[in-house]
Order: sequence, then C-alpha cells, then structure tokens
Amino acid sequence: MESPEILSDTQKKFRLPLVAGFLHVLEQLGGQVLYGLEQLGHVTLFAASTFAWLFRRWPAKGTIWPTFYQVGVRSVPVVALTGTFVGMVLAVQSYTQFHRVGMETWLGAVINMAVIRELGPVLAAVMLAGRVGSAMAAELGTMRVTEQIDALTAMGTNPIHYLVVPRFLACLLMIPALSVVADFMGVLGGYFYSVWILGIDPHHYVQNSADYIKAFDVLAGVAKTFFFGAAIALIACYQGFHCAPGAEGVGRAATAAFVVAFVVILMLDLALGIIIEKIYLSIWPEGPKLL
Amino acid sequence: MEESTPVDNQLTQRASQPPTQEAAACQNTSCRPILRLEGVWVWFGRRVVLRDIWLDIAPRESVAIIGESGCGKTVLLKTMIGLIRPNRGQVLFDGINLGEVGEAELARLRTRLGFVFQQAALFDSMTVGENVAFPLRQHTSKSEEEIRQIALARLAEVGLPPRVAEQYPAQLSGGMRKRVGIARALALGPEVMLYDEPTTGLDPIMSDVINELIMATRRHHPVTTVVVTHDMRTAKKVADRIVMLYPVDRLRADERQIIYDGPAVAIDQATDPRVIQFIRGEAGERLLEVQQNVNNP
Repeated sequence: MESPEILSDTQKKFRLPLVAGFLHVLEQLGGQVLYGLEQLGHVTLFAASTFAWLFRRWPAKGTIWPTFYQVGVRSVPVVALTGTFVGMVLAVQSYTQFHRVGMETWLGAVINMAVIRELGPVLAAVMLAGRVGSAMAAELGTMRVTEQIDALTAMGTNPIHYLVVPRFLACLLMIPALSVVADFMGVLGGYFYSVWILGIDPHHYVQNSADYIKAFDVLAGVAKTFFFGAAIALIACYQGFHCAPGAEGVGRAATAAFVVAFVVILMLDLALGIIIEKIYLSIWPEGPKLL
Repeated sequence: MEESTPVDNQLTQRASQPPTQEAAACQNTSCRPILRLEGVWVWFGRRVVLRDIWLDIAPRESVAIIGESGCGKTVLLKTMIGLIRPNRGQVLFDGINLGEVGEAELARLRTRLGFVFQQAALFDSMTVGENVAFPLRQHTSKSEEEIRQIALARLAEVGLPPRVAEQYPAQLSGGMRKRVGIARALALGPEVMLYDEPTTGLDPIMSDVINELIMATRRHHPVTTVVVTHDMRTAKKVADRIVMLYPVDRLRADERQIIYDGPAVAIDQATDPRVIQFIRGEAGERLLEVQQNVNNP
C-alpha cells in the first residue's frame, strides 16, 4: 500500500489554492466555450428559420420596397463618398513609390485592383454594417423591448417572415449593388487624383488598368458582398431579436451588431479571398502579372 | 454527480395531478373549456414562475387573474396564447394542444385570440389606422376599402373618432393607445380576448372607461374574456370569476399556486389571509421584509 503524500504546511498553503484557482479558471473557460457554442447554435437556428421562410413565402411588396429603399437608395451617398476617397487616398499613398521606379502609369492597375477586389466590397460592407446593421438591431431591439414582436406573434404573423426576411433580402441584394457603386467611385477617385492632380498620362493609366484587371476580378469582388450582406442582415436581426430589456439592452444590441458584423466581414473576406484565389489560379495558372 | 436545482426539487416533490376544485370549474357550464391548462410549469433558469397550474376557462366566461407583482400573471397569459411555451404540462385551446400543432396551425389558432398588451405594443412605424388594419391585411383577402371601413368601425367601438386613424401612436395619450390596442385585438373578431393589465398607468376615470369597454366588448361580441390585473376594482367589475395566483417562492412545497378560484362576488368572503390581505391592499409582512432589507443591505 502506498503511503499517503505528506504535505508541509507551506505546501498546503500554496498548492490547494493553486489547484482551486486552476479549476476555477478551467470552469470559467468551459462556461465561456459552452456559452459561445450555445450562441452559435441560436444564430444557426435563426438563420435556418430565415432561409426556411425565404423559400416558403415571399414577403409582401409593402414590406419589401421600403426596406430596399432604406438599405439601398439611402446608403448610396455614404458609400459613394467612401469609395471616392479610398481611390484618391490609394493614389496619394502609392504615387511616390511608383514614381521612384518610373512606373506611375501602372498606378491605375494597382489602385483599381485594390478597390475592385478588396477595398470597395469590404468598405461598402463595413459602412453598411455601421449605417444599416446598427439601425436594424436598434429598431428590432426596440420592437422586442416594447413587445411589438410579441404583438406580431400574437396576431398570427411570423416575425421572422415579416421583419427578418425583407431585411435579409435587402442586404443580400442591395449590398452588391452598393459595392459596384463604391468600386465605380473608387476608380473615378483614383483616376481624378492620378490624372488631374498628379499629372499621369490618362491614356496609359486607363490602358494599363484595362490590361491588368479582368472581368473575373470585378465578379470576385461583387460575389463576396453577397456573403457580407447576408452576414450583416442575420447578425443585426439576431441581435435585435435577442435584445436585453431596457434602453441599455437596445444600445448594446446596436453596438454588438456592428462589432460582430465587422469581425465576421473580415473573417469572411479572408476565407473568400483564399477560395477565390484558388479558383483564379485554377483558371489562369500563371497568375496575375503586372509587367 | 450533478447538483439538483430548485426546479428539480420542486418537480420531484410535486406529482402533477388536477386539483378537484379547479378541474371541475367547467362542469357547471356543461361545456368543453375554450382554454385549458393542464399541469403547466414555467421556469426561467432556476426561478420557477408557474408551478403546476390547472385551469379551465369556459366559452364566454369572464375571468380575472389577480395577484401581486411578479407572481406570474403575465407569464400565465402569454402561456395561454403560446408566446411562452410551458416547460412542463400543456395548454389546450378549443381542445387543441398548442404544444403539438405546427407553426402554421398555431398562427391560424392565434387569429381566434385577441391579445391586448400592457403598453398596447402598437407598431410605432404605422398609423393608428394601419395598426388596426394590420391583422386584416395579414389574414384576410378583403379589399382596402372594406379593411378601412372595419378599422374605422373598430376604432368607433372603442370611442375613437376617424381622424385618430391618421395619427401615429406616439401622438396619442396612454388611454388612447390602450383603446387602439383593444380595437386592433378586436379586428379579426376573436373568440377569446386576453387583456394584460389593461388599466395600469391610467387615471381612475380612464381606468373605468377601459373597464366599461371590456364589458361592452363582451356585450357586443360573443367573446371569452381573460383579464390580468392587480386592480381589484377592475377585477370585480369585469369578471364573473376571479383566480388569484401567489408567488411560487412564497408557497410551501405542498401548496397550489392558485390560492383563490371562485366567483368574483364571493371574493370578499374569502378566508385565506393572503387573499384578504391582497383585497385590502395591506403590506403586512412585506413591510417587515422591506425594513429588514433596509437595515441589512
């Protein structure tokens, strides 16, 4: 029989709290993981319910057009402004390096590629997560807190079908359209600054851009925004539907809608970027060439 | 080994059986109850709100559910319409178990119930007219003109002139909002009207107006009425029968949560000191608890 371990008073004093502390940290960590998994499950069920209603019954025109107008038309100015400035800023930042090696006429290719493949879609999505996503979460959160969502249910109307599906469709279809606006304005902004301010030859600027950028790049950029749009709508509506009571709850839901959507957009951008690059290389194995 | 929760303890302590008095509530009307709750339990986390509720409500009966704040009145009302699903037990509407029907069927059943929320829960993005017309647009194929006429008629029923139809809920007083809530709940001609604290936050005159409207609704429509309230004037005025709930955390393990279920006219003769205390509005031991909490924060 093994003799029991004999601990000195000092050992007992330090060892037991250490074990207890370790177990406490482990418990907290486990709790957080379980909470995260539970939330993921809820979001998945919420998304599944949205998709089910999307295919079961199309929303009424009276609910769909105002949402499209809010998400799409009213976001055009802010997205266009963002795109324009992004194009111009890229020209400012890149010119010195390109000028140093005498390649300033290739500036258009780099600016337009960056705008069309990455910055246009991502910045349009981020702007909309802030402008539309937060507003949606706050609106739905207020409806939850004031029992308006319960009232819909009590009147036999499914709130996911009535409130979420039109918003989901609006984000899914309008964000790609807005991304095209951001791309277009970014290209124009870059052209304006490069040609009018920096004095780059417009013929070579345009020619080099056209040679370098393929239709695939434009489509790849726009394709990503469908995923961004779906993510923004689902995250915002979920946060609104699961809003905690009171003004603080609504505020938290609006903030969380933006923060979570922002992180998810970046994560999706990376994942989709890798996938799109693999597709690109399978079509053009030699890859893009600047020269 | 898993630690047993307060909910587990209460579940094991209570064998769910209908109490004779409550189960017999419908016998004297020789009918099938329009609403039946069978051994309903609702808990949130570790807190039990409804414990083994058995309740029958007959067609065209008017029932007031009373009890102090936090005793589970609103939860009970929301459970009746399926807004809250019981953790245990079942709710039957016209013999149909709400827990067993699909989403579409449940939505169809809900059109036979009208729910008036405590704060009216009007859609603030719509005008009053659009609010009242909402259920008609969602569930009927009537023309816009017919819907407009019905909406105005419902508003007139609750004493609101046609011009109010063009206003937004934010432009109305609390009493007007509650009346619009009643008009909206009546829009589809429901069989059961459920009122959640209809007079809370209103002055005594407007409270009486709402009470009269509830009674007028019963006179003009063949509806069953369930009113959740802590206002004894409302309970006695609008109800034939009063059901009193008591908070679960103050009950003994062997006690029923419904501590009074009888005619409204007989509640003043109740012998249970907790019922008497509520009717008289006496703080009793609650005051001692508050004082203790103040002294030992």
